[in-house]
Amino acid sequence: MTNLKYIDVQNVEQTFRTRKGFFPALREVNLTVAKGEFATLIGHSGCGKSTLLNLIAGLTLPTAGTLLCANREIAGPGPERAVVFQNHSLLPWLTCFENVYLGVERVFGAASRSTGAPSENKAQLMARTDAALALVGLTPAAQKRPGEISGGMKQRVGIARALAMEPKVLLMDEPFGALDALTRAKLQDELLEIVARTNSTVVMVTHDVDEAVLLSDKIVMLTNGPAATIGEVLSVDLPRPRNRVALADSPQYLGYRKAVIDFLYTRQAHVEKAA
Amino acid sequence: MVSAVFHSPLAAVTDSIAIKKEAAQAHSTGASGSKSLDSSTQTVMAAAPTAVPTPRDWRGLVMSVLPPVLGLGLLIGIWAVVSISTASSIPSPWETWKQAVVLFSDPFYRKGPNDQGVGWNVLMSLERVAIGFGLAAAVGIPAGFAIGRFEFLGRMFNPLISLLRPVSPLAWLPIGLMVFKGANPAAIWTIFICSIWPMVINTAVGVQRVPQDYMNVARVLNLSEWKIVTKILFPAVLPYMLTGVRLAVGTAWLVIVAAEMLTGGVGIGFWVWDEWNNLNVKNIIIAIFVIGIVGLVLEYALIKIATAFTFEEVKS
Repeated sequence: MTNLKYIDVQNVEQTFRTRKGFFPALREVNLTVAKGEFATLIGHSGCGKSTLLNLIAGLTLPTAGTLLCANREIAGPGPERAVVFQNHSLLPWLTCFENVYLGVERVFGAASRSTGAPSENKAQLMARTDAALALVGLTPAAQKRPGEISGGMKQRVGIARALAMEPKVLLMDEPFGALDALTRAKLQDELLEIVARTNSTVVMVTHDVDEAVLLSDKIVMLTNGPAATIGEVLSVDLPRPRNRVALADSPQYLGYRKAVIDFLYTRQAHVEKAA
Repeated sequence: MVSAVFHSPLAAVTDSIAIKKEAAQAHSTGASGSKSLDSSTQTVMAAAPTAVPTPRDWRGLVMSVLPPVLGLGLLIGIWAVVSISTASSIPSPWETWKQAVVLFSDPFYRKGPNDQGVGWNVLMSLERVAIGFGLAAAVGIPAGFAIGRFEFLGRMFNPLISLLRPVSPLAWLPIGLMVFKGANPAAIWTIFICSIWPMVINTAVGVQRVPQDYMNVARVLNLSEWKIVTKILFPAVLPYMLTGVRLAVGTAWLVIVAAEMLTGGVGIGFWVWDEWNNLNVKNIIIAIFVIGIVGLVLEYALIKIATAFTFEEVKS
């Protein structure tokens, strides 16, 4: 039961106070994500995708409703729900290694209260950091600062930082949005492989239909804001491992793609007029 | 309020020279290393006549050297004209130069408490600035962190800062004299009070401007307050803080001259006043140059430090 409702969003509503008054961002959002599932949130910009992700992360708290992760209420952010930020958010004065180490040190350096695991020594922490950087193929750049590496590499460091904490859930806010198409495709493939290897539960925000279909087990489509809610949930039953070249002309893949495009551009197409 | 400007004309000059050197080295692989910059530029012309940047390089060099020289020339020219038109009651540049040579041949003599070399005067002034400024930094920077980090403290202290900051530091001098019962501590007190505000304000603004993304990272990683301060706040605020330090040192150096004129003792400000009483205008002009040059050196050093601690994302 828990595994099917690993992340459980119940009747969540989010209203922001702005200068013009109250702005209802989300209403009646109900969503479950199973353990090991890859879910993407897709919708037009301004529909509250990132708001929902921030709620799951615990960075903001809902106006009404409940969010559960592994049957515990989400009361704030924490390393068990690691976030990969849209703009990578690496600390520019630390090397890639130090950026990753910062999270590792916090999670494994102190004796864990929840699991009772003993604290690890410095060599173990450094080994974890090295392993995370190796996972994303950045061992050679470990001692470089974020200013010295490319955008795609920065985003990979961000992913390494999140994965190194061995989170229960990986939350990604348009992680590849700022990258060029080729780099994005490469990182998507890497992400697929890493997720398969680590069996992570992932919630990812995207505005890219192909990305959603290629990566997801479940595509959550949001209606247009204000007061957005979940319009439709599409289960993607493509076999894994997935290969973008083979899928490119698979009728099943194209069917899913068509379904998402239909939702976004036919049923929710009035975004410009509404705004 | 915050002037986060780390540019200086000198930096531009060194940059363009560095670029020129690189270009020269890249092309003239056959040229021997001992050749001067000019001769290797010549080699480029000989080896690759298609490369045309050479005339532009000359223009860059002229543009970086000629205007400052002309500016300095203009200053000296006006000075000479004024000197002639006032029948040498303002001494001429040449006379002043001769006096300066004499003065700087023995800057560290001591002939009693009121007659000491210009070197001692400058050093005494710098010492007062260093003590007053150091105390101000020790109080102002932590205060700025607290005010920037906690909104309550910010709202509590902002009215006080707004009220006290515009007050001329010299207005505090009598209070200092009364409380500390001495000229030297009173001067240091004046420096303290004038240099604390830029540091408090810039540090506080820096803390408030730490990108929310970094703070979100801290929350997701669940970092301790100590880690937040040392790994995120301090490095992010450092450029703002150094701007505050730079403004503070500038103000302190402005104020010390005035404060010393009033308090006496040994110091560059007192020296100016003393030479005025002796009607020795040449020494006053020399003092003006000395004050200017010391101020320039302080400013330049702090800009260099600030640039070294500013990272890519913070710079933009």
